[in-house]
This record gives sequence, C-alpha cells and structure tokens, in this order.
Amino acid sequence: MLEVHNISVAYGSRLVIQSVSFALRDGQIVVLLGPNGAGKTTLIRALNSSVPLASGEVTLEDNRLQELSRREIARSIAVVAQENETKFPVTVLEFVLAGRFVHGRAFGWETDSDVEAARRALSQCDLAEFSERLMNELSGGERQRAVLARAIATDARVLLLDEPTANLDLAHQALMFRLIRERCVGHGCSAVVITHDLNLAAEFADEILMLKDGKVFASGPPAEVLNQRNIDEVYNVQVLLDENPASGKVRVTTVY
Amino acid sequence: MLSAALLFVLVLALSVGSESISIFELSDQQRAILFDIRMPRVFLGACVGACLAVAGASLQALLRNPLAEPYLLGVSNGAALGTMLAFVFLGSSGVAKPLMAFAGAGLATFAVYQMARGRAGMNVERLVLAGVIVTTFLSSIIVLLTSVLDAARLRGFTFWLLGDLSQATYPGFYMTLVAAVLGTLFLSSQARALNLMMVGERDALDFGVEIGRVRLMVFGFSSLLVGTAVAASGSVGYVGLIVPHLVRLSTGSDNRLVVPLSALAGAIFVVLADTVARTAIAPRELPVGAITALIGAPLFIYLLRRN
Repeated sequence: MLEVHNISVAYGSRLVIQSVSFALRDGQIVVLLGPNGAGKTTLIRALNSSVPLASGEVTLEDNRLQELSRREIARSIAVVAQENETKFPVTVLEFVLAGRFVHGRAFGWETDSDVEAARRALSQCDLAEFSERLMNELSGGERQRAVLARAIATDARVLLLDEPTANLDLAHQALMFRLIRERCVGHGCSAVVITHDLNLAAEFADEILMLKDGKVFASGPPAEVLNQRNIDEVYNVQVLLDENPASGKVRVTTVY
Repeated sequence: MLSAALLFVLVLALSVGSESISIFELSDQQRAILFDIRMPRVFLGACVGACLAVAGASLQALLRNPLAEPYLLGVSNGAALGTMLAFVFLGSSGVAKPLMAFAGAGLATFAVYQMARGRAGMNVERLVLAGVIVTTFLSSIIVLLTSVLDAARLRGFTFWLLGDLSQATYPGFYMTLVAAVLGTLFLSSQARALNLMMVGERDALDFGVEIGRVRLMVFGFSSLLVGTAVAASGSVGYVGLIVPHLVRLSTGSDNRLVVPLSALAGAIFVVLADTVARTAIAPRELPVGAITALIGAPLFIYLLRRN
C-alpha cells in the first residue's frame, strides 16, 4: 500500500531522518517507537508528503507521492496529529465533517452521506452525544477522540497516527487501539502509529520500527524487536520482559 | 431576512438626514438631494461595509484569529497610502486610485503575514503586534505625504483617513459594487477550505486543502475588497471585526454562511453607522470611521481578554 524507499528529511543542514525504508502492507499496523527527538513525527509527516524529502521516495500504490495532488493524497491517507485548538466556536460535528472535504467539491455543502459518515465515525469513537458540543469545550481526551473520528470519517485506507493515546484514559486508550485494529483487519486499512507505550505496541503492532537519531535501529515483529538490548540502547532504561498472561504477547516492565 | 433588513435600512437611510425626505413625494430640490448626494453615499456605504466585512471574515479564518481585521492589520493603511500616492503623483484619475490602493493593501497584507509568521507558527499576540507595526509605519509615511498638501485639501484628507463617505460619487459606487460582488463570490467559493484552515493550517494540508492557493486567493481578494473600499471612503475601521463576530454569534463558525452573510450585515452596519454620522450633530457631520471605531474598540478589548 505505502512504500518508503530510503528517505531522508533535512531541517536546514541537519538530517532528522536518514535512509529509512519500510513497507506498509494492507491490513497491517506498523508502530514507530523511539525516544523524544528520534524523528518519529517527522517520519510520519513525510508519509503524506507534508514535509519535503531530501532524498528517496514514498509511493502510494506505486504512485510517487510528489506527483499526486493534496486532494489525491488526502483521499487515501488520513492523519491524527497531536492536539490542536481553535479559537472559533466549531461544533464537534462540523469538525469531523471537515474529514469529508476530499469527497465533495472544494466548495458547496456536505451531502447526506457525508453527514452519515461523520456520525458513524463519531459513534465509533464514543462521541455520539457530543456532536453539537463545541470543540473548545471538550476535554483533551474527548478532543483527541474527535480528531480520530475526523480521520475515520475520511474513509482513507491509510491512517497515520501521532501519539493518538497521549491524552486518553485507560479505557479510551484501549478503545483507540481496538478501533485502529478493527479498521485494519475488517476494512483492509493500514496504519502507522507513534506511541511511547511499549505494551500497547507489543499488543497491537504487526511490525515495530524502532528509531534512534533519525535512523532505523531495529525493525520486525514485536517479539523480535522488544528485547533487552534494543530497549536499553534506544531508551537507555532497564526493563524486565515476560509474557502477558492475557494475550501471550511480550510484556515490558520498567525497572526504576 | 438579512436582505429584507438591508432594504429597510437603505430606505431609512435615504429618508433620514439634515433634510428629511419622504422618498415618495419629492420637490425638485429634494430630488437633487436624494439622487445626487444621498443615494450615492448610502449605496457606497453599503458596498464599503460589504467589502470590509467579507475581507475581515475571510482573513480571520485564514489567519485562525478572530481579531484579524483589515484596519488593525495595517491593510487599510496600505490601501490609504496607495490612494494618496496615486492622488499626489498621478492626479485623481478614476482607476489609478483603486488600483494603487489594491497594490498597497496587498503589500501591507504580505508584510504583516511575513512578520507574524514565526518558527513556531503564528499566535494572536504576534499578529496583533505585526499589525501595529505596519499600521504605525504606514501612518508615518502618510503624515509625511500630507505635509505636501495645502490646508484645504488637508482637512479633506484628515476626514477621509478616518473613513468618510461624504465624497461619494456614482463611479466610486460602481467600482466598489463590482469589487464587493466579485470578492464575496470568490471568497465564498473558498469557504469550505477556510473551514479547515480555521482549525489549523497543518490539518488543512493533511485533509486535502491546497493551502498555498487558498492563501493567495484570500490575500488577493481581500486586498481587492479593502483597496476599492478605502480608495472610495478611506479607512473605516473595525467593520471587519464587529460584523463577522456578530454573524458568528447567530450562525456559528461555518464560513459558507459567515462569509456571504457578512456582506449583507456589513452593508447594513455601515449604512446605519453613516446615518448616525450624518445626523448625530446635524447639520455638521462626523466621519463614519469615528462611529465604527467607537463601537469596535471596546469589542476588540473584550475579544482580546476572552482569548
């Protein structure tokens, strides 16, 4: 679906992403791990061409991203960015409907099916009763879910999520990842997710890409990547690893 | 409903004045007052109001800042300087003034935008400060220019700088009408994209808006609107702040409503303000800009505090 060929991204003369390659296949969840400043957000922004590449290329179903228009890219790739705030009184429904921009004409009104898609996304994100509330009245967690609902409302086949669970309580962290997995398994979508929670990564990732200083330090299935040596080298912390008795996946416990 | 209100206000404004006129029974003298003086003034006021309110509404959405306003950003002053340059160096030929005003508005917009844009993006304070700097800088050039004018023309200019509709002419009205209609149509056509820009520039990019093109459109057409309005009537301040704010209070933030309705509401607002300016201390007159600023400045402070 999305293939990344040896890309580098530079801010000025500083290379923040160096020679990264990976492929995102249909139905797959790839989790990006790495300490702050490792280049995770920049990498995810390169995946929908919102930062320019210094070298390499990203292809979406064999089309080079640079050759597609913003609308064509947005129709296939939706983004859940870190929180944003607006000073205008925008309702939650209006906010989520913005995700339907790529489906209508650039001007004019949303159709009934747009509104239906937005309402469906809202109820999936547990926000059905919030549709007429104003965005700037929501709590951080509610707003974060509205941002996910907007991405789901696009019907895009690739989701890029930058710390989608950062402001969420335990129940909604689980809901968020279940929703992402459901879309990938059930709807043939695929997702790239940034998180700092190694256990969520272990639970939901098909593949982990561990970044350090803008380079891929390790990649592969969670059971392979999440080992003592990698975690120590990348995060510089000691951890205990065992098996999560509920799911049989790797469980990571930090030693303080 | 707003259209009906506009019609009512227009008839009211035509009837009220130093000389009260019933528009259905006219003496020859009254006919002259109505058609030669009052009518171009009222109609020009309506168009100027529409221009400024639509420019304000779209700039606010584009800059993600409910305080953005052509007058406060220095855009009106850019247009005023352009108009004066045209007047001093090119004579008062019909098209030169609005064209130069358009250019001045465009340059001022560009300057404010570049100054307000920091590495970390644009915040409210930065934008307001950039507006203050551009406004005062342009004001000082305007003051320098006025020193070459003689006393009689100076008084006219001082009034005009504050925003004054008393020099209204039919050609001026036609030009502003064309600008108001074109600007409102084109900016309304960008309203759906502006809804996304209003929430965040990066969001808009992620969700398929060609932000560079929308920005250019909005800057271009708002400069056209402000330029023609200022060339015809000087810097009537705060219209672009007050009107979109009131419209948003009643319709919400959807720019597909806010932009076109601001045109109607702006027309109503300026015609009313100018009627007050004409009649408050009749037979003497106030510049309409003084009235709009009296209402606008407190509202600005309220909005700034609420931010």
